[in-house]
Amino acid sequence: MASYSTSEFKNGLKLMIDGDPFAIVENDIVKPGKGQAFNRVKLRNLKNGRVIERTFKSGDNVEAADVMDVELQYLYTDGDMWHFMDTSSYDQVAADEKAMSDSAQWLKGEEMCEVTLWNGQPLTVSAPNFVTLQITETDPGVRGDTASGGSKPATLETGATVKVPLFVEQDEIIKIDTRTAEYVSRAKD
Amino acid sequence: MGKNWRPRADLATIRLRAELLDNIRSFMKEEGVLEVETPILSPASIPDPNIHSLQTSLSEKTSKRYLGTSPEFYMKRLLAAGSGPIFQISRVFRDDATSRLHQPEFSMLEWYMPGYDHHNLMQQLSTLLISIGLSKPVKLSYEAAFVSELGLNPHTADVSELRELASKKGLYEAPAERSVLLEFLFSHTVSKKLGNEQAVLLVEYPVCQAALARISSDEMPTAERFELFISGIEIANGFHELTDANEQRDRFVMENTRRESMNLAQVPVDDNFLAALESGIPACAGVAVGLDRLLMILANKNRIEDLMTFPVELA
Repeated sequence: MASYSTSEFKNGLKLMIDGDPFAIVENDIVKPGKGQAFNRVKLRNLKNGRVIERTFKSGDNVEAADVMDVELQYLYTDGDMWHFMDTSSYDQVAADEKAMSDSAQWLKGEEMCEVTLWNGQPLTVSAPNFVTLQITETDPGVRGDTASGGSKPATLETGATVKVPLFVEQDEIIKIDTRTAEYVSRAKD
Repeated sequence: MGKNWRPRADLATIRLRAELLDNIRSFMKEEGVLEVETPILSPASIPDPNIHSLQTSLSEKTSKRYLGTSPEFYMKRLLAAGSGPIFQISRVFRDDATSRLHQPEFSMLEWYMPGYDHHNLMQQLSTLLISIGLSKPVKLSYEAAFVSELGLNPHTADVSELRELASKKGLYEAPAERSVLLEFLFSHTVSKKLGNEQAVLLVEYPVCQAALARISSDEMPTAERFELFISGIEIANGFHELTDANEQRDRFVMENTRRESMNLAQVPVDDNFLAALESGIPACAGVAVGLDRLLMILANKNRIEDLMTFPVELA
């Protein structure tokens, strides 16, 4: 089993702790003048995002988590699973609802997504930071009203709902920031 | 071109350091303590597996040299040769990761008083602290500090109790070694509370934390060691010194065995130092003071590199 010594600890390193994969987010050395040194480490659980603190005896080895981040292309969903493909090897993997989390609502097909694999299986999937999607349903636009700052809900072709400015019309294509789920602009044709 | 050529410490801090060095030298002169210099390059080092020496080599002698982690062994050779009370302000080197309180090279004030025990030396250290404008520290036993923070007696608690508490405080795969458990609990919880209102001289260490200290002959034996804490920072470490050559040799051998079990390179034992102990060094007490950390307190700065002209990142 691969492992890392505490001297190799750095931010982003992936470790197995109590059966779950974690990533180091902070690594501090605590060193008394005489005696044992320690690494005090903050770790993010890659399954649920929770951050914990653990202290390791400096010099100890800790099991590595077989976790890597890859860019995969989204293909389709069969309702239960979302299917992705490595565009160079054509290998496919399927992500479940938990791994997809909020990302599924932004995907219609062919997007390149960052997928975190643990033992070869998707642990988390991040939609691209920006997506362009067509509005399938929204109230009629208020022509010329680009200044009042009001907004209205719009349903997108993927089923997601976002708030858009009043002047935006049904069937228009808009750009969304998936990290905040906010309207950015009309998409340029 | 970047701005990396500029010093980290501001001019006021650079002046404060010069003033501190002046004050220390005047104080030592008053006290009749002789200033000495000893080598930084040494063919031997300290085998303590927790201390990582830096190495270089001499082309002439084609031999390895260690950069001093402390001038202790040389100063004890001087004591054995009859130097009387001595002090040194020197640069010392440790190959450790940098942090808020650590740099790979730093300045150390170390001094030795023949005929003193650790209580006499604490008194003298207190006088020095007052002379540089700090308040008089109070003595506190390791046991009292430990009990008030954790509710466990560090001398009598079972290893299993210490282990359970260490796990609860976040130590991963807590080992069954008493010394490691105490060092974890002390450095992660107890020490942070020390010296926040008033400087603390921590005394009566558990026997397993003795390092180079004598063991008291009290009913509950403790190590005759002390540390100065201000604002949770360890500033100084002092001992009623171990002067027994055989005991010292045994500890070196044991430490090299521990190094082997940790896959660390063996460190040559300093035979000249052991020979000096064998020839006899006077009973004495000695203390090492981290000057950069002391300056942190005097200048009210939060990071050790703020007190340095060119910390390792800018060197």
